Amino acid sequence: MPAQPLSLADPAILRPALVDSLKKLDPRLVAKNPVMFVVEVGSVLTSLLWLRDLAFHPPGAAPGWFTLAVSLWLWFTVVFANFAEAIAEGRGKAQADTLRKMRREVTARRLRDGKEEQVPSSALRKGDRVVVEAGQMIPGDGEIVEGVASVNESAITGESAPVIRESGGDRSAVTGGTTVLSDRIIVRITADPGESFLDRMIALVEGASRQKTPNEIALHILLVGLTAVFLFACVTLVPLAAYSGIGLSVTAIVALLVCLIPTTIGGLLSAIGIAGMDRLLRKNVLAMSGRAVEAAGDVDVLLLDKTGTITLGNRQATEFLPAASVRVEDLADAAQLASLADETPEGRSIVVLAKERFGLRGREVGPEHRFIAFSAQTRMSGCDLGERPRVGAQGQADEPGPERPGDWGAERPPARSVRKGAVDAVARHVVALGGRMPPDVEAAASRIGDTGGTPLAVSEGARVLGLVHLKDIVKGGIKERFDRFRAMGIRTVMITGDNPRTAAAIAREAGVDDFLAEATPEAKMRLIQSEQAKGKLVAMTGDGTNDAPALAQADVGVAMNTGTQAAKEAGNMVDLDSNPTKLLEVVEVGKQLLMTRGTLTTFSIANDVAKYFAILPALFVAAYPEMAPLDVMHLASPYSAILSAVIFNAVIIVLLIPLALRGVRYRPLGAAAVLRRSLLVYGVGGVIAPFIGIKLVDLVLVAVGAV
Amino acid sequence: MTFNGWFQIALYALVILAITKPFGLYLHRVYEGDRQPLPRVLGPLERWSYRLCGVDARKEQGWKAYAASMLLFSLFGLVVTYALQRLQHLLPLNPQKLGAVAPDLAFNTAASFTTNTNWQNYGGESTMSYLTQMAGLAWHNFTSAAVGIGIALALARGLTRQAGPNGPRTLGNFWVDLIRGIVYVLLPVSAVAALALVAMGVPQTLAAYREVGTLEGLKQVVTLGPVASQEAIKMLGTNGGGFFNANSAHPFENPTPLANFLELVLIFCIPAALTYTYGKMARDTRQGWAIFAAMAVLWFGGVAVAYRAEAGHNPALAGLAVSHAPGNMEGKEVRFGIADSALFATVTTDASCGAVNSMHDSFTPIGGLVPMVNMQLGEVIFGGVGAGLYGMLVMVVLTVFIAGLMVGRTPEYLGKKVEGREMKLAMLYVLVFPVVVLTLAGWASVVGMGTSSLNNAGPHGLSEILYAFSSGAANNGSAFAGLNGNTRFWNTTLGVDMLVGRFLMILPALAIGGSMVGKKTVAPGLGTFPTTGPTFAVLLVSVVLIVGALTYFPALALGPVLEHFAALAGKVF
Repeated sequence: MPAQPLSLADPAILRPALVDSLKKLDPRLVAKNPVMFVVEVGSVLTSLLWLRDLAFHPPGAAPGWFTLAVSLWLWFTVVFANFAEAIAEGRGKAQADTLRKMRREVTARRLRDGKEEQVPSSALRKGDRVVVEAGQMIPGDGEIVEGVASVNESAITGESAPVIRESGGDRSAVTGGTTVLSDRIIVRITADPGESFLDRMIALVEGASRQKTPNEIALHILLVGLTAVFLFACVTLVPLAAYSGIGLSVTAIVALLVCLIPTTIGGLLSAIGIAGMDRLLRKNVLAMSGRAVEAAGDVDVLLLDKTGTITLGNRQATEFLPAASVRVEDLADAAQLASLADETPEGRSIVVLAKERFGLRGREVGPEHRFIAFSAQTRMSGCDLGERPRVGAQGQADEPGPERPGDWGAERPPARSVRKGAVDAVARHVVALGGRMPPDVEAAASRIGDTGGTPLAVSEGARVLGLVHLKDIVKGGIKERFDRFRAMGIRTVMITGDNPRTAAAIAREAGVDDFLAEATPEAKMRLIQSEQAKGKLVAMTGDGTNDAPALAQADVGVAMNTGTQAAKEAGNMVDLDSNPTKLLEVVEVGKQLLMTRGTLTTFSIANDVAKYFAILPALFVAAYPEMAPLDVMHLASPYSAILSAVIFNAVIIVLLIPLALRGVRYRPLGAAAVLRRSLLVYGVGGVIAPFIGIKLVDLVLVAVGAV
Repeated sequence: MTFNGWFQIALYALVILAITKPFGLYLHRVYEGDRQPLPRVLGPLERWSYRLCGVDARKEQGWKAYAASMLLFSLFGLVVTYALQRLQHLLPLNPQKLGAVAPDLAFNTAASFTTNTNWQNYGGESTMSYLTQMAGLAWHNFTSAAVGIGIALALARGLTRQAGPNGPRTLGNFWVDLIRGIVYVLLPVSAVAALALVAMGVPQTLAAYREVGTLEGLKQVVTLGPVASQEAIKMLGTNGGGFFNANSAHPFENPTPLANFLELVLIFCIPAALTYTYGKMARDTRQGWAIFAAMAVLWFGGVAVAYRAEAGHNPALAGLAVSHAPGNMEGKEVRFGIADSALFATVTTDASCGAVNSMHDSFTPIGGLVPMVNMQLGEVIFGGVGAGLYGMLVMVVLTVFIAGLMVGRTPEYLGKKVEGREMKLAMLYVLVFPVVVLTLAGWASVVGMGTSSLNNAGPHGLSEILYAFSSGAANNGSAFAGLNGNTRFWNTTLGVDMLVGRFLMILPALAIGGSMVGKKTVAPGLGTFPTTGPTFAVLLVSVVLIVGALTYFPALALGPVLEHFAALAGKVF
């Protein structure tokens, strides 16, 4: 995101949040959260009681200051819960404001029947074609249908380096509000006004389109159920106490009720959900729904593309393996020569390896070097050295370039002719020239294949010099990361176009659990469906149009922002950085969100034990002084006891806001270990903490002379 | 507390532990096996019953059909039992010429036996004819127990079957479960147990009461009847309705410590074994053992507190010139003593049996608190036959939901997601019980119709009210005997209490089974919330205590807790 992540204490967030938390007292808004609604009804009730006592002084009423204090703290409880939600929304709102500034009206150059016309961007509809040139802002989301351009997308991604966007292929999508830096493109608009990516992004970060997720709904049912149980427990206490000769004040009953119902989790639940989406957003991942974030926590299987996620995009040369009676230096020299003009990362890595191992420097390229580029037919590249060829001869290279000064006539053999390429292609090449592939090289090639590498044969003339071992370089630390996922019970599956042998070797090295070799979009789709049929939730990343069906099928589909519009529409998350490794972080954020919910629910329920010990003796001790031993906290007075419990109950919400927003600390451990730990901290801690907290509040109340 | 006392408690625990697996396997074979045990002896009886009732044993039912069959069957039993009581003076097997039972009492009794509660607002020997006892009450002892087991199995099938979203959504056949339960489990075991009890001195006769001359030369009527047969099923089916008013404290029902031990084992044997059966159904017996362990911990906690409280001295008697050494012997049989009485009181209220061998009303406040809390936890500590398991399974679903999120996944149990619908049903289940108990108790405690039945003032009176409604809704049937329940108010409210506590809780439990059965199942992995092992057992215990006890804590504070502290301060009411 463009803006620095704002800290919680930032006044830019705090001030509007405070105002919002008062606005949210509107009963129509509070009613969405039944637990808090009960608290608000209690607040109104106690406030009215205070006014009644003030006006009529009924005999036997609780002291006015007590009723007032309880009702004020009940109001605070609601305000604090609102504040938690407002502050969670605050960060998103700040970001939405920045985004909104970008969504300004520009003049678009629409193409109608081959003619250009000037229209405001808001008049654009799906299917319109517009022209955008260097320096202009792209008026709406769309796909490039013609041309290639460099685009500044920093407004969306925060990344200032321009990116290339071109028609056709998987990098054709452009986003409204980004700026074309060079060239001219024609864009077909794919979103009506108000439905653009930016619009959706604003709605998402603002939380306007936020809906309760399935698990949130289920949790709400639990909380409402518990609230109802305690409502009955408190209401029926009135006749039971009446039997015992105790007249309970409404204030005391309301206080008991509010302390018992799960206000802590009830007040923080929506903040936890918003904060989860916000944490993803700060990782530059835009979740289209809270449901997607929740599903991320549940993911059982991760489908990871090999290239870019598991390996560093490209294979690299790691070794020269000369044929029998060939000096390794000669092999390296020939290989380097064949790769001098090869701008692919593989080619460059051969040059570098030869330099590192044997001090062979990239030599001057003169007119005598005639480079043969790789083609899909020959599956070889190389270089010929010798006399200048006949001009005008049929060449093998399809594109002339500065480093390819001329073409070589086929009928005049050069002085020196080196080739590198796939083993079978080179074998065919040397056999055609009257040579043969030595068996020891063939054996070495198959050994390399077994270890997951790619053998590249090097030949000079009709003679095979040996092999270059190209290897996929597995990203550093990725294996440990997969180990962590395994500990959490998540299976990783590598998706690759490689043959099964190569795939198996890389899978072994990277530590993934399984792989899908020679993957086609259909095979990927089948894999997802078969995992889902087993009840597993599947997450994947994708960018191409042919990924779209799989992205839509997967439970969590993270589309790359550089990807096609189709992919972005199909997925339920978009990674603005287009970094496929991010999938792992997405899962972690999802898990953290669910954990935070669980721990705070446990904490909230465990709190009740102490609150009973504070309030019940206070209610009964006046009539039955014998019950004093039940007051284990030795609170100053019955009024102080009730007030302390109510204050603790309100303050704990505020104290837990940072935890709710940040999420509980995430540890990649197995479920059993995580559970034991959380139970100890939030379960046992949840029983003990309020005993200490209530006692402290009581001490403070006494110290300031409030009771 | 004595070594002998603890030894008996430990021995009991060991016997139950030893029975659980073999008997659980037997039950699994009866209900889930392809071939039922003892095919030559019992097979014809089963097949003949199907033919008589027109049951197609191969046809399974969905949860709604299962529930409808169960409700119809129970309604039929309710009506028949009511009619038998109202017409017993016209019917045979009434040698004592007992008159028709009053309408409100007949309703209460019919509801009580239909719901497996066996709350008795009557003295059996002075109210019920032999026909009523055998055809009305003993009939229910068998059927209500078999129904309970069936419900538990239906829920268990819903949780454990991996039918998948397109598979059949059936939970078994109510009639098959009912008939198999009676034919293969309840009849044979209670027949053997009845013979054993006869051998220990329990009478079994259809003869009239006998008048004998005492040593003092006076005449005394010795009440008799088909006691042993009813006694066995009363325990085995966790019914608890005694043949005599004094229940298992009566020497003809429970003559010796050995008979007492046998009766205790009979109470727990099916509920304990069902946990193993459940584990077998879940294809992972550790699932069953985790539930067993949680139940065992709660049971032991109860026994330990009750035994300690009863073995201690009665604070109200402090300073009097009496020996405090024997502990609180008031209301206890000398042949059983403190340990066996405390154990019996705990076991009978853990399981929703309700038979008593001592008067719970006479326990110390804390000793009496234990049976009350046991019932208020929802009868899930082994619980009534079947009822304990289905109640505990609902608690398991709740536990999984509350704590499951902590491992960073949305909650799942046995590989199936626990979602909003199950939560709704589980909360309904949890809500019904305290709502009916507390509402009725609150009402009874402030109206003259309620309080006029109390024998005790002050907190003990409140305990009696609270105990009565807890016992009714929990379908336990034991009583704090100080309460005179045979009034129109109490007969009616308790009757409603029992019916609500049984059927309004069975329905959500069955519905959970129906909603879980069709869910996708994921094989458990390292990331799955573990529902086996000690951590889960501890968690389950905590949830049972928090969900159960927290609701009743305020009410209990005014009852036994207040009585306890008042007694310590030397105050009596």
